[in-house]
Amino acid sequence: MFSKFDVIETIEMIEKEHLDIRTVTMGVSLLSCVRATAKETAKAVYDLVCRKAERLVPTADALSGEYGIPIVNKRVSVTPVSLITAAFPQQSALVGAALDKAAAELGIDFLGGYSALVHKGTADYEEAFLATIPEVLASTKRLCSSVNVGSSKSGINMDAVRAMGEIVLKTAQLTKEKDGLGCAKLVVFCNAVEDNPFMAGAFHGVGEADTVINVGVSGPGVVQHALKFIPDADLTDAAELIKRTAFKITRAGQLVAKEAAKRLGARFGIVDLSLAPTPARGDSVAHILEELGLEVVGCHGTTAALAMLNDAVKKGGVMASSRVGGLSGAFIPVSEDIGMIESATAGKISIDKLEAMTCVCSVGLDMIAIPGDTPASTISAIIADEAAIGMVNNKTTAVRVIPAPGKQVGDEVSFGGLLGRAPVMPVHTGDAGKFIRRGGLIPAPIHSFKN
Amino acid sequence: MRAVVTVTGSDRRGIIARVSGFLFERNVNIEDISQTILGDQFAMIMMVDTSESQVEFAQLAKELSEMGEKIGMTVRLQHADIFDAMHNV
Repeated sequence: MFSKFDVIETIEMIEKEHLDIRTVTMGVSLLSCVRATAKETAKAVYDLVCRKAERLVPTADALSGEYGIPIVNKRVSVTPVSLITAAFPQQSALVGAALDKAAAELGIDFLGGYSALVHKGTADYEEAFLATIPEVLASTKRLCSSVNVGSSKSGINMDAVRAMGEIVLKTAQLTKEKDGLGCAKLVVFCNAVEDNPFMAGAFHGVGEADTVINVGVSGPGVVQHALKFIPDADLTDAAELIKRTAFKITRAGQLVAKEAAKRLGARFGIVDLSLAPTPARGDSVAHILEELGLEVVGCHGTTAALAMLNDAVKKGGVMASSRVGGLSGAFIPVSEDIGMIESATAGKISIDKLEAMTCVCSVGLDMIAIPGDTPASTISAIIADEAAIGMVNNKTTAVRVIPAPGKQVGDEVSFGGLLGRAPVMPVHTGDAGKFIRRGGLIPAPIHSFKN
Repeated sequence: MRAVVTVTGSDRRGIIARVSGFLFERNVNIEDISQTILGDQFAMIMMVDTSESQVEFAQLAKELSEMGEKIGMTVRLQHADIFDAMHNV
């Protein structure tokens, strides 16, 4: 049983501290949709996704009403499309358009899975698929794309890394009238997970069941608020409080996930224990770090504070959910976090510090605007560095950078809504071109041989 | 269905009467009532059972919220499971 104080605490979390279920994501396997032609396949994909996810939005809205907790996003992830279109990769865009149309029909803002898994090598059909990504992201609104270029087990496919630098740049150029918005829908992963509910990197792995519900929780504001009450506590106590708070947040996610799966006739997949910020004030991961005692996120000490936060969130969350997965940890997207935006605008956080932070948190260099004239080889080098961190540390890392067309350091890009805004940050100008052009595979680290 | 009604706002006369009367008309049984002060605000928490009510849960929540607006209070109806989940191991 719960007390009246528990009731009030929950209500305050929801109404004053932005506690919400960040996303209910339905994973749908498309493997049954392969037909003889691209056109027929696209139609089968559209029909299947519309049928499977038909009740996703109304069901999530009903749950939100009953439990009195907002469910911010309703989304769908699908099998990596490159696998579905392997027989006609040049026409993959037809399937991309069908998915975009299905997302519009379902009333969801994003659908993920225009993806390829090339971490050990790029097949011919995958090479052709990758080449379609910029045009597809420019011509669709809701479709998200991701490419896995490395893993701790396989190493890093540097040919794919080289290709992705060019693809990111081309995507920015094709969406230049919107500050390179296409790149906000494109994630380059190392150690991509198959059950991630968060966009833009969600896809439905081939090891998954047919139809699965994965839920991402959030609540940076709740953690920050809780910490305000113990301004002088030592870090052991602060970590303990974060754990307890994460437990409560995750339990709400677990409840919604199980009930949503039941009502939608899907499997309950996982709860992703994440602190996902939004550009709204009071919903910032950066501000948690500052609450812990940093003057501004990005100063020395930020990596340690983030490491503690990330670990405490996982420990509290694991206890609260029977099935944990996804990315699970603190997200540090620059454009989607008011504390990050302010620090970056004031020049208090650098891309190097962000890279260090990705060593200890759940994702990678996320939603960072860089100068539009950044060479493709430099973007590839940024991807390679991040993939190396993921590979060596057995964790997921990702790169979602936006080379903002026509913009320089000091300018700002603005995408609106949850994607937020970001100042253009400087990157190192030394040339890594030769290193990137070498291609090949960076071998997996010695500690990957565990068999 | 076990649910929780919470009423928050500035304290005034007749709040309990209005809310409990409203629930009575819709066949919702009140199992427990407690009150507390939340900052400078009045907060009332009712444990209720909606299983005998003919009104659908979502509709009930909507009507309660609208009734609350009329008397200048915030009134919410939530499934009790959310509180159980968050506050019990």
